[in-house]
Amino acid sequence: MTAPAGPPRPAPAPPAGPPRPASASAAAPTATPPAAVDKRTKLVEATMRRHGFRGNALIETLHTAQEAYGFLDDDLLRLVAKTLKLPLSKVYGVATFYNLFTLKPAGKHACVVCLGTACYIKGAGRLMDTLHRELGLSAGATTPNGNLSLLTARCFGSCAMAPAAVIDGEMTGKIAPDAMVTRLRKLAEDAS
Amino acid sequence: MTPEELDRTREREQAADANFEHHVHVCVGTACEALGSEAIAKNIESELKAAGRDGKIKVRCVGCPGLCALGPLVEVEAKDKPADEPATLYQYVKPEDAKEIAASIGGAPATRLQADTRQPFFTRQTKIVLENCGRIDPERIEDYIAADGFQALEKALFEMEPQEVIDEISKSGLRGRGGAGFPTGLKWATVAKSNSPAVSRVPDDILARKFVICNGDEGDPGAFMDRSTMEGDPFRIIEGMLLAGYAVGAGKGYVYVRAEYPLAVKRLRSAIRQAQRGGMLGANIMGSGFNFDIDVRLGAGAFVCGEETSLIASIEGGRGTPRPRPPFPAESGLWGCPTLINNVETMANIAPIIRRGAAWFAGIGTEKSKGTKVFALTGQVNNTGLIEVPMGISLREIVFDIGGGLPEGRSFKAVQTGGPSGGCIPAQYLDMKVDYESLAQVGSIMGSGGMIVMDDQTDMVEIARFFMEFCMEESCGKCVPCRVGTAQMHGLLTRISEGKATQAHLDTLTELCDMVRRTSLCGLGQSAPNPVLSTLRYFKSEYESKLVKDGQHER
Repeated sequence: MTAPAGPPRPAPAPPAGPPRPASASAAAPTATPPAAVDKRTKLVEATMRRHGFRGNALIETLHTAQEAYGFLDDDLLRLVAKTLKLPLSKVYGVATFYNLFTLKPAGKHACVVCLGTACYIKGAGRLMDTLHRELGLSAGATTPNGNLSLLTARCFGSCAMAPAAVIDGEMTGKIAPDAMVTRLRKLAEDAS
Repeated sequence: MTPEELDRTREREQAADANFEHHVHVCVGTACEALGSEAIAKNIESELKAAGRDGKIKVRCVGCPGLCALGPLVEVEAKDKPADEPATLYQYVKPEDAKEIAASIGGAPATRLQADTRQPFFTRQTKIVLENCGRIDPERIEDYIAADGFQALEKALFEMEPQEVIDEISKSGLRGRGGAGFPTGLKWATVAKSNSPAVSRVPDDILARKFVICNGDEGDPGAFMDRSTMEGDPFRIIEGMLLAGYAVGAGKGYVYVRAEYPLAVKRLRSAIRQAQRGGMLGANIMGSGFNFDIDVRLGAGAFVCGEETSLIASIEGGRGTPRPRPPFPAESGLWGCPTLINNVETMANIAPIIRRGAAWFAGIGTEKSKGTKVFALTGQVNNTGLIEVPMGISLREIVFDIGGGLPEGRSFKAVQTGGPSGGCIPAQYLDMKVDYESLAQVGSIMGSGGMIVMDDQTDMVEIARFFMEFCMEESCGKCVPCRVGTAQMHGLLTRISEGKATQAHLDTLTELCDMVRRTSLCGLGQSAPNPVLSTLRYFKSEYESKLVKDGQHER
C-alpha cells in the first residue's frame, strides 16, 4: 500500500471525450438566476471543505450536489472532480454506479413507485402496467411536457402500506390503480 | 459523563418519569409518521395542556412498536398498571381523535379505537433488540439512559478487559444477524488479533488504524427490521459499536445507512451528536481513557453495497464493487486496516448481552441459534409488521398465530425468507423450527429477516423472475458469471413465463443456476440462483405447466 492518502496531485487532464453529451434539454441549469447557482455551488463546496477536500468525500459531495441541483450535470461533475483532485472518469463512474444519482433533470413532479417484494405481491407490477397503459409512462420516463417523472424504488421499508408510492415526497399507501391514474394525470396536465 | 454522572442522570430521569401517572406513547416510525402521527402527538399534548393535566401525563414520541398494519398507534400506560397487564393500545388513530384519547386517560378507554392487545401478536414475542422500541424517545439520550442505557459500556470499560468482552460475546452464542450467521465472537477475536499495517491508505485526518462498521444497508426488498431499530433506538447501536470498538481495539466507527431511510439517518446523526456532547463518544470516554468516535456514511442505492467488501469500497468513496476474499476485512478492510463489520441487529444485541450476561442470552433460542430474531412480516398476512421472536419458533406460529393468518380466507402457499438471496418455503415445512440450520436445509436462508407470505394466487415462476430481475439490475458487473449469468437466467425465466420455452430451456436454466452459484465473486451472484432453485425444488410443476413441446415454440 504505497499510495499515500490524498496527496496534492496535479489535476488530471480531462478524458479525450466528454463522458456523455449533456442531455438535449440542458437548458435547465442555465435557466436559473446566477444568484441561485452561487448559493447551491456554495453548499457543494461546504460539503467538500467539511471533509478536507479529500477524495473519499466523493459520495457525500454528490449527495449534496444532487440535493441542491436535482440532478448531476457535466459541469457539476467537472467541478467536483477538479476540487477533490479526482479523475473525471472516477467521478463519472461513481455517479453512474449508484441508482440514487441521476444525470438527467427530473420532471416537475415525481412519483416513485415501490417495487419491493411486499408491494410486488400486492400488485405493484400491475400498477406499473396500468400507468404505462393509461399515461404512456414507463419506469424512468418523464412526460414530454416535463411535468411528471415516473420512477421506481427497491423498497421504502413501508411494507405495511403496500403497494406504496412516494408522490412529490409524500408517502401514499394501499394504492388503487385507478385512483392513482387520476391523481397522476392531474399532475401531468398541471399547467402551473 | 463519568459513571457517577451517568447514575445520577438515570436516577433523575427515572424519578421524573415516576411523577407521571400516565404515559402516552405515539409511534413516529416511518409508516405511522407518513399517516400523520406527529400531529397526533401534538394534538394530544395541547388537549392535555388545555385540561391542565400535562403535569401528570407524559406524551412521548417513540419508535415503532411493531404492528404497522394498524398504524398510527398510540399507547396509554398507567403508572400503577400490573406488570402482566397490557397497556391500552389505540389503532388507526387520526389527529382529530386526540381529544377523545386525551379525555379517556385515567378513565374508561376509548373503545372505538382500541386494539386487542391480548392477541398472540403481542403476547408471543420476546423483545431484546426491540425492548426500547416504542418505549423511549429516540431523540433523547436521557430516555435511553433511564432505560439502563450505557450501563453495559460502563461495566465493560471499568470492570472488564477487552478479551473478557470478546469471551462474553463468544459464550452468548450470538451469530451474525445479517443472514449468514457467522459466530460474532469469533469475528471479534479475529479482528482483535489482527495487526494494523505499518503503511496504510488511511486519510491523514483519521488517527485510527482499526475500524468498526455497522452495516445498515438493508437492501433486501420487504425487510425493514434495521430501519425500525435505527429509527426507534439509535443509542443502542452506538453502545454496541462502542463495546465492539473497545473489545477489538478500534478507534473509529462508521454506520453505513441507505439513503432511502432519511428518518433513520436523521435519528442516528442526532444520537451521535448527543453522545458526543455527553462524552460517550470522542476522547477519554467516561474518563476511562478509551477513545472512539462514530460517523454516518450514506449509501446511494446499490444493493451490492450490503456485501462487506463493496461496502468498504463505498465508504472509501468509490464504486461499491466487491473484491475477492481472503483477505477478509477482519484482516484487511477499510483503507487496508483490520475492520469489524456487523449488521445493525447484531450490534443491537451486544449491550444487553454485556449488561445481562452471556448465560442469560444463551438460555434463549435453540442449541446452535441463540437469542431472538427480528422479522419483518409482510405480504398476504393480516398482521403486517415487525416482530421479534425467540429462535426455534415454528413458521406456523409466526404466520398463523402472530401474523394472524392470511386475509379473506386465502390459503397459504409459501413464505419467502432471505430476499433475493433466499428461497420460498412451502406449506409442508410450516412446523419447521426457525433457525439458521433448518432454513438452510430446506433451501432458503435466515437472511436479514424479511418474511413475505404468499397465497395460492401467487405465480412462483413470476416470483423467481421478479427476484432474478432484481439481481440482474443490481449486479455490479465486475465478474462475468453474475453480470452475464443473471441476465441469461432472467431471459430464460421470462421465456418460461411467457409460455415460449421448452424442456431444454429449463435444463439450461438449472445448469446456469449451478454455474453462477459456484463461480460468482461475491454473495450477490452466489446466492442469486436461490429463488429459482427453491421454487424449482418445491413448485416444479408450475414451471413444467408453462413449457411447450419442442418444435411448437416460435424461435
